Amino acid sequence: MFGKLTLSAIPYDVPILVGTFIGAAIAGLAVVGLITYYGKWGYLWREWLTSVDHKRIGVMYIVVALVALFRGFADAIMMRSQLALAYAGNPGYLPPHHYDQIFSAHGTIMIFFMAMAFMQGLMNIVVPLQIGARDVAFPFVNTLSFWMTTISFLLVNVSLFIGEFSQCGWLAYPPLSEQQFSPGVGVDYYIWAVQLSGVGTLLTGVNFFATIVKMRAPGMTYMRMPVFTWTIFCTTVLIMVAFPILTVAMGLLGLDRYLGMHFFTNDGGGNQMLYLSVIWGWGHPEVYILVLPAFGAFSEITQTFSRKPLFGYKTMVYATASIMVLSLVVWVHHFFTMGAGPNVNAFFGIMTMIIAVPTGVKIFNWLFTMYKGRIEFHATMYWVIGFMITFSIGGMTGVMLAIPASDFVLHNSLFVIAHFHNVIIGGVYFGYVAAMNFWFPKSFGFKLNEAWGKRAFWCWFIGFYVAFMPLYVVGFEGMTRRMNHYDNPEWHPWLLIAEVGAVLIACGIVCQLTQLYVSIRDRNLAENRDLTGDPWNARTLEWSTSSPPPFYNFAILPEVHELDAFAHDKEAGIDTRRAGGDYQPIHMPKNTACGFLIGAFSFVLGFGAVWYIWWLAAVGLIGVIATVIARSADNDVDYYVPVSEVARIEQEHTHNLMAAQAAE
Amino acid sequence: MAQNMTADAAHAHDEHHESPVVFGFWLYLMTDCIIFGTLFAVFAVLRDQFAGGPTGHEVFELSGVGIETAILLFSSITYGFGMIAAHENKVSTMRTWLGVTFLLGLGFLFMEIREFSHMIAEGNGPDRSAFLSAFFTLVGTHGLHVTCGLLWMAVLLFQTAGKTELNERMVGKLTCLSLFWHFLDIVWICVFTFVYLMGVL
Repeated sequence: MFGKLTLSAIPYDVPILVGTFIGAAIAGLAVVGLITYYGKWGYLWREWLTSVDHKRIGVMYIVVALVALFRGFADAIMMRSQLALAYAGNPGYLPPHHYDQIFSAHGTIMIFFMAMAFMQGLMNIVVPLQIGARDVAFPFVNTLSFWMTTISFLLVNVSLFIGEFSQCGWLAYPPLSEQQFSPGVGVDYYIWAVQLSGVGTLLTGVNFFATIVKMRAPGMTYMRMPVFTWTIFCTTVLIMVAFPILTVAMGLLGLDRYLGMHFFTNDGGGNQMLYLSVIWGWGHPEVYILVLPAFGAFSEITQTFSRKPLFGYKTMVYATASIMVLSLVVWVHHFFTMGAGPNVNAFFGIMTMIIAVPTGVKIFNWLFTMYKGRIEFHATMYWVIGFMITFSIGGMTGVMLAIPASDFVLHNSLFVIAHFHNVIIGGVYFGYVAAMNFWFPKSFGFKLNEAWGKRAFWCWFIGFYVAFMPLYVVGFEGMTRRMNHYDNPEWHPWLLIAEVGAVLIACGIVCQLTQLYVSIRDRNLAENRDLTGDPWNARTLEWSTSSPPPFYNFAILPEVHELDAFAHDKEAGIDTRRAGGDYQPIHMPKNTACGFLIGAFSFVLGFGAVWYIWWLAAVGLIGVIATVIARSADNDVDYYVPVSEVARIEQEHTHNLMAAQAAE
Repeated sequence: MAQNMTADAAHAHDEHHESPVVFGFWLYLMTDCIIFGTLFAVFAVLRDQFAGGPTGHEVFELSGVGIETAILLFSSITYGFGMIAAHENKVSTMRTWLGVTFLLGLGFLFMEIREFSHMIAEGNGPDRSAFLSAFFTLVGTHGLHVTCGLLWMAVLLFQTAGKTELNERMVGKLTCLSLFWHFLDIVWICVFTFVYLMGVL
């Protein structure tokens, strides 16, 4: 009846998990209680959970990403604390099987549910506005994507309290991840969570590619697209190329585990190296899927706060496109030691080093944009400058790892850990936080507090160096990754320093939370409100509409005559909004619960399959199919916003604009 | 004048809401193509890993597969006739051709399931060797797609029942399924060539 699920799957004898559960339960009850107290369930359901508005879906993505950040960071600081303690006979406080789950969950959560969710949130919030569109190509698919990501993250978190998570690292290499060596449900949780969230991401890729190709404002040719949109465009291509490969990788591993097949097993002719090739065929493009949008955000921020157009727009576009192509032909550098031979390794090593060229072009473009600019040292610019320094260092250690001979020394050591945190924290995370600070007023109509933003930056920036530079050192000294205790006294001081760094990063996260709290508290102060819709005197179309934008984004679709259309209009004295113009009824999609329902049924499917509760999995699958069919039969999916309402909303914004101008 | 015309055209465009559905579906098909491409690559790597089990020569029966292939190719033609009728708004003719396509698809699936169950009954299931794992997964993924296509076709037949004309949304759906169906045909041609023919000859 309940498959493998028995009461013993509940880890009530592990104090850390019981404590976590109590904490999560109290926080959950508090949220539920507050929503009930203020009677907001209906509002939440109608306006957010079932919303097809890309701006709201974007905000929800980022909320999920922030929750994932806390969860992933909790794992991180537990690992660092374990390694600060567990040396010379002291076993530390985490037994190996628990430690292994923690590093597996940390990687999985940070990549799939923190970074991917954050990135998809940003593209949702920004891209349609930036190309002058009213929504995405497929609004229903958009809410579906969001829910697939969210329920997958839920599945990972359920594994905390029911059963266990994978102990095989964030990519679950076989044969360790095969039934023979991991008979528990951990790997199955991993497979289903990654598989289901992959479906959501793939759909986002298709959706935004179609949006950018088909829905740009009149006059916006490809070479007039803002750089952020360009980077998302390349990212969606990479998503469409890479995520199907991930689907296959997870599918084949699942078939090995569930049906006893022999793709990657030790016996029966299986080939583990095939898994490495397939998973990294996804995994390397994934790195660029994450970092290209960050590059786009840095470009927008740098030009805005340097008060200059971006230096080398065209080279930026070509650099982005070359990185997109090159990222598909470097995956073998993740396993030079596999023994593919010197020729193969040399090819992939050289291709990897070549990526440094377009990336270098970008760094110089940003520097030249700042050169002779009137730089405003806004909090977002701190993250940009911190990124340029940190990412350059990370890029250089990357080139070191790209040399197959030196990779043979450094492979699987903490040097690798230090390198990819160097580029992912210094590149991806700094970029997303900068983007969040930059576009926050667009989403909510008020700015984030700058002082706390700068404090958060300093804690993260210094914390990063303190936490990860020691890992380069111990990596050189031969410390391998994924160890849960060690005897070498030379490593111990470095790992103590790394622990201090982790605490500093924790302070950074606390500062970010405080920043959110203070900003929301002071949202009505005149200096924080954004009445004009253009708080930074920025250059692209999303700033031409109000903050937050009306649900239809643009009453009259903007016309684009040049790159940086909004900056051009401001200089030429053109009203991009054409306020009071000839409004037409606006065609908009209706909200729908189908995305939520398909997500919920997918969760049931995944949970049932993890525990071999086949009737439950069948219920989930049938639920998914039935919802899709019901949605397909529904012809009442859109409506028209009447002219009177458009005119009323637009007048209100015009009124605000005039008041703001008068106040100046 | 010219500007007015563009504005009108743009408006008409907006009003009719020429949907990006077919374009989006193309994109989806390309991602599906990568799934099959990866499965073909996996098959290529594992095709000699018999682990003491049977080779392709011993388990494939080309005559049956030939009939399967003929059925599937023919079903693409019948779907094509259905689409011609759909564009002429002849609903009942369209439904007849779709019905024929459905039956052909069902026949294909039936033959495939029979082939699979024979192999499994003889102890040559997907857990026998890496070669057979790759074979069953590649061909089975195609079969799963055909199953989804049939389900989709049944839904569209149901949704068009009793209709006298097709709206744009319905034609869009029929077009997407058409693309899907022809795509499966192309994949099958690759399966037939690289898996069966090259496995036997």
